[in-house]
Amino acid sequence: MMDKSYEIRLSGSGGQGLILAGIILARAAVIDKHKVTQTQSYGPESRGGYSRADVIISDREIYSPEATNFNCLLALTQEACDKYLFDLRETGILIIDTTYVKNLALAADNTYELPFTEIAMEKLGSPISTNVLSLAFLVKVTGIVSESALEISLRESVKPAFVDLNIKAMKLGFDLAKNYGK
Amino acid sequence: MLKTKKSESTKAKTPKTEPKKENAKQESKIKELQTTRERKTVIMQGNEAVAYGALDAGVNFFAGYPITPSTEVAEILAAELPKRGGVFVQMEDEIASICAITGASLAGAKSLTATSGPGFSLMQEGIGFAKITETPCVVVNVQRLGPSTGMPTSPAQGDIMQAKWGSHGDSPSIVLYPDSVKEAYELTIRAVNLSEKYRTCVILLMDEVIGHMRESVRLPDMANVRVINRIKPTVPPHWYKHYDENQKYLSPLASYGEGYRFHVTGLTHDAHGFPTNKSSEGGEMMDRLRKKISYNIRDLVQIESHQMDDAKIAIFTAGITARAAKAAIAMARYEGIKVGLLRPLTIWPFPDDAVRKMLRNVDTVIVPELNQGQLIHEIRRLTKDKSDGDVIAIQRVNGQLITPNDILRKIKEAC
Repeated sequence: MMDKSYEIRLSGSGGQGLILAGIILARAAVIDKHKVTQTQSYGPESRGGYSRADVIISDREIYSPEATNFNCLLALTQEACDKYLFDLRETGILIIDTTYVKNLALAADNTYELPFTEIAMEKLGSPISTNVLSLAFLVKVTGIVSESALEISLRESVKPAFVDLNIKAMKLGFDLAKNYGK
Repeated sequence: MLKTKKSESTKAKTPKTEPKKENAKQESKIKELQTTRERKTVIMQGNEAVAYGALDAGVNFFAGYPITPSTEVAEILAAELPKRGGVFVQMEDEIASICAITGASLAGAKSLTATSGPGFSLMQEGIGFAKITETPCVVVNVQRLGPSTGMPTSPAQGDIMQAKWGSHGDSPSIVLYPDSVKEAYELTIRAVNLSEKYRTCVILLMDEVIGHMRESVRLPDMANVRVINRIKPTVPPHWYKHYDENQKYLSPLASYGEGYRFHVTGLTHDAHGFPTNKSSEGGEMMDRLRKKISYNIRDLVQIESHQMDDAKIAIFTAGITARAAKAAIAMARYEGIKVGLLRPLTIWPFPDDAVRKMLRNVDTVIVPELNQGQLIHEIRRLTKDKSDGDVIAIQRVNGQLITPNDILRKIKEAC
């Protein structure tokens, strides 16, 4: 399916659940029988500070596990967006959370703008599932892993008490992508 | 100190109240855990691979003081060791941790600890003690950046020389260095095996990125995992020598409580382990520590040669930086540049002969590393015939990785 590797960076601040989102995506890629690496970078804080997760999906051996030239960038904060935007490929997909990203220095051809955090608070009652909501949106837009693989991975990756909430967030994310622009 | 730790550990291991039936039940449960664990392709973290490698190698004692970026090793072993009849102890600090694993090993356990730079520095004295007393144990050091507490979550390769020379007194070291999650699993098993075989403290150096990285891996089935156990003495107890000079430097090892009489001290000792100040015996002991490594260098050295057959430029590096090098090589080869990679899986003892042989055919050597110049000195030592310009350094110490593009740029400059 894939000739080259597909590089995704999920970025924002500590506590937004981006590393968990990266693990869920990586596990979904394994379920779809791809090779995958997932790396992360974060500060010493458990909340606040910067945080990012890189996922590289390929059908060949993946050498360098750090994404340097992304096919897709998810930015949940202004700081993350400003920092990583210029490493997005020209043809790459940019997904931003307009709850926090107010200025876009450069409009990519494929830019998707939605207030993910606001939507999560409104529709799911808390910003806690913003990570899964935006990840599901990303999966639907990029088609990088199958929707069913994402669901299986999600069920394996979160604590049992949070499965229902996250499945709800995932379905909402898929719907948002389906109806985007309408 | 060791004695106290030892008595604690044995107490925890075999509580007096536990009847035999329970033991048998536990044993069958352990067996079940080992054989039925699914070996399908999974997503696994480097530190997780170290923990499962330790379990598969038969490690049944862990004492440590959890520290970023190695914490997951302790977390997983805390959950898994008790299920398998093993012992997990969270110690008060790293000095106690290394002493506890040394003591447990003398009591017959296979022991391991995991730490990062600050803890590794504290452990150096204990590592020397394990070496001079020829006690098998494994120390995993997941490196972070900088001296002291530095940058806990950032990658660096600054402990390469410390792993060799950190403990005082000029003794050889065995240090292994993986570049992937799968290899972290394999080299953990190898580290435990080598520690048992050579009766010494073996160090597994890891990069923060390898420790925290998740990759799709399929671990080998348990039937294909080779486990080495220490040689036990077969002589009558009164003939036993704790350091038997007639056994090709790999002498059998009795455990405390098995009826063999021996003495353990950090002082220079004779064959039975009793302190000696005689220059003849001291010299013999130092010789023994050196020779058991240098006489077995072929068994110890492992090296990966990647696209070196026709290479005119060689990249020499270890761990995560080798992954960037492979990506750079793929890009350079696409443009027709003949470049390859030499990667030591065993960094100490340094693979002198293998490296010398392979470097003979190249014009230039590039040495990228996440420090201010450590591996490059070994390469310069082996490439005396090359001018300074033929050995090129790429060094970075800001918490960022060396990228494939950084290396590609140097490859092009060298053409």
